[in-house]
Amino acid sequence: MDILKLKGSGQAQTTSEDKVAKPEISSLASVAADRSESKGDFVPRRPGAGLEAKGVHAWFGKHHVLANVSLNFPSGTVTALIGPSGCGKSTFLRTLNRMHEFIPGAGMAGEVLLDGTDIYKSGTDVTKIRLKVGMVFQKPNPFPSMTIGENVLSGIKLAQLKVSNKDDLLEECLQRAGLWNEVKDRLSAHGGSLSGGQQQRLCIARALAVKPEVLLMDEPCSALDPGSTLRIEETIRQLTESVIVVIVTHNMQQAARVSDFTGFFLSDGGPGQLVEVASTKEIFSRPKDERTEAYVTGRFG
Amino acid sequence: MTTQLQNDFSTMKPNRPWRPTPRKMAEDFLVIAIAAVLSPVIVQFTGLAGISGNVLTFFVLSLVGSIGISYSRQGRKAVGNAVATSLIYSSFALVMLPLASILYTVISRGYQSLRINTFTQDMSLTQPEAAFDQGGALHAILGTLILVAIASAISVPLGILTGLYLTEIKGRAENLIRFLVQAMSGVPSIVAGLFIYSVIIIGSGGHYSGFAGALALSILMLPTVARTAEEVLKLIPNDLREAGVALGATQWRTVVMVVVPAARSGIITAIILGVARVAGETAPLLLTILGNNTTHFNPFDAPMSALPLYTFNLFRTGLNTAISRAWTGALVLMFIVLVLFIFARLGSGKKK
Ligand SMILES: Nc1ncnc2c1ncn2[C@@H]1O[C@H](COP(=O)(O)OP(=O)(O)OP(=O)(O)O)[C@@H](O)[C@H]1O
Ligand SMILES: [Mg+2]
Repeated sequence: MDILKLKGSGQAQTTSEDKVAKPEISSLASVAADRSESKGDFVPRRPGAGLEAKGVHAWFGKHHVLANVSLNFPSGTVTALIGPSGCGKSTFLRTLNRMHEFIPGAGMAGEVLLDGTDIYKSGTDVTKIRLKVGMVFQKPNPFPSMTIGENVLSGIKLAQLKVSNKDDLLEECLQRAGLWNEVKDRLSAHGGSLSGGQQQRLCIARALAVKPEVLLMDEPCSALDPGSTLRIEETIRQLTESVIVVIVTHNMQQAARVSDFTGFFLSDGGPGQLVEVASTKEIFSRPKDERTEAYVTGRFG
Repeated sequence: MTTQLQNDFSTMKPNRPWRPTPRKMAEDFLVIAIAAVLSPVIVQFTGLAGISGNVLTFFVLSLVGSIGISYSRQGRKAVGNAVATSLIYSSFALVMLPLASILYTVISRGYQSLRINTFTQDMSLTQPEAAFDQGGALHAILGTLILVAIASAISVPLGILTGLYLTEIKGRAENLIRFLVQAMSGVPSIVAGLFIYSVIIIGSGGHYSGFAGALALSILMLPTVARTAEEVLKLIPNDLREAGVALGATQWRTVVMVVVPAARSGIITAIILGVARVAGETAPLLLTILGNNTTHFNPFDAPMSALPLYTFNLFRTGLNTAISRAWTGALVLMFIVLVLFIFARLGSGKKK
């Protein structure tokens, strides 16, 4: 390509973020309001379906890091989890697809109901849970031994799924992750040969390829440029047609733009807890807890 | 407004400004050359003598020279760097010296009786003192290949599985197994031979065989493969295992499709080290395959030969021609090991 042109939307994004170094509550609230209106009055598409955490606690060894978190994620919604670093957002996210138990010494209590059934019930096939509840990690982790194309389709192979047309799926997932144009000519290059942000989008494409019911995203855009971020946010919104999205983010703008509900986590030295959860509009316009207000307006955290 | 980006950079060539300039290289070379010329002179006029005296003087002179030149270039800070660099190069030379000398000796001596028939004939109809165009090491070459193949077939899967148990399953016996593997790697090779001798050969009524030898070798090979495999598997970041499992794969599939491929080149290294450990073993073979002068394919029914044993037995005769044949055996053994390594490395080369 001879001419490098920023997309109109990408440019608007940059400038607005440059101006608003510390987001003001009114502007965030209006972003959130737009988002809610487009959704209309929320009606779950499949009543009874969805993901629900009930009184979840988590430990690392004897260290109690998360206490009594109850959160409901109805189908067709995006929920943002915000809060200062180290308050247990990632840990909570990992209890939702049973990745928490992967860490030696980890412990948990409480229930996580997926479509009404506790995923921690004994006898549950944990691989089925993780197939339904996909995950994008905080750090990009493409498979180094696979090509870009193989990486995207790796979930199909790993979980032994059948797809009719792999090429279509490959293109669709890369499009949705906003990576198609950059890699379409080098699908057989190694995953490790991409830049950090490209790797993260590759991981998003990989997570989408197995068509999860729930997608957990742990700061998926923290290494991305504004254009790619916007592309991912668009994808998240398209996904809500069929997928429940839970996204951890440190970017208040992003939480306001993309989510229907927002949960605020906080730890005051002890285990992290859910301080407040409400519709995103409410969290950014009239939060009930003053610590939430202080956090979303950038006065601490 | 959009700016047209210039896209024609065909006149630009990549530079390497971090490389030393020709002038710098010439100066460094001069220091070494002066040291090389001066050291025999100094040795002449002082009490030092012989090769080691020369080497030592050369080392001290070039060290002083490189300290001086880096001090004049960049001051005191560069001196430490120059000392470390000199030490590293000298250690490298020190290590290369015996290696090169071994290679030189084996090649120059082994070359003398190396003929085509070394690879096509055995010693069944030939006396060791016969002319070099008669007889050869075919039986020993085949024996070594068969023994190494059987020992690898046993130890490589077992060793890799042990490595996987220690890094992926981390079962209850983890520490016990790690301890056992460590203890096993300390087993002297003659003990492995004695063990197989007492258990298998005496047990079967004095029935020496290639297979018994391969078993003894596999005892020696297993800990090397297992420990190296464990070390390289430990280097695979946990993120990858998490990514695989989070996609709905079982742990087993994640290991096979993600972890092992990521560690592939390291695992090949583990196999190479294992083969290198046993290819030259002589002691356990003395007690298990006994030795033989005829070409023999079946590893189960009769004594066999192998290159180390062939070399050892010919040396023992004390005849000049036999000793020359022994050197050729050593040369062929080194060559075979080299070829195996090259194949292994080619096989582990990154696929496109
Ligand atoms: N593998 C682990 N072993 C022990 N403690 C851990 C481990 N991972 C996290 N913790 C602890 O658990 C607490 C919560 O960590 P977590 O990663 O969930 O925070 P977070 O909210 O995701 O933070 P961030 O915004 O920085 O990602 C922290 O106090 C952390 O020190
Ligand atoms: Mg985190």
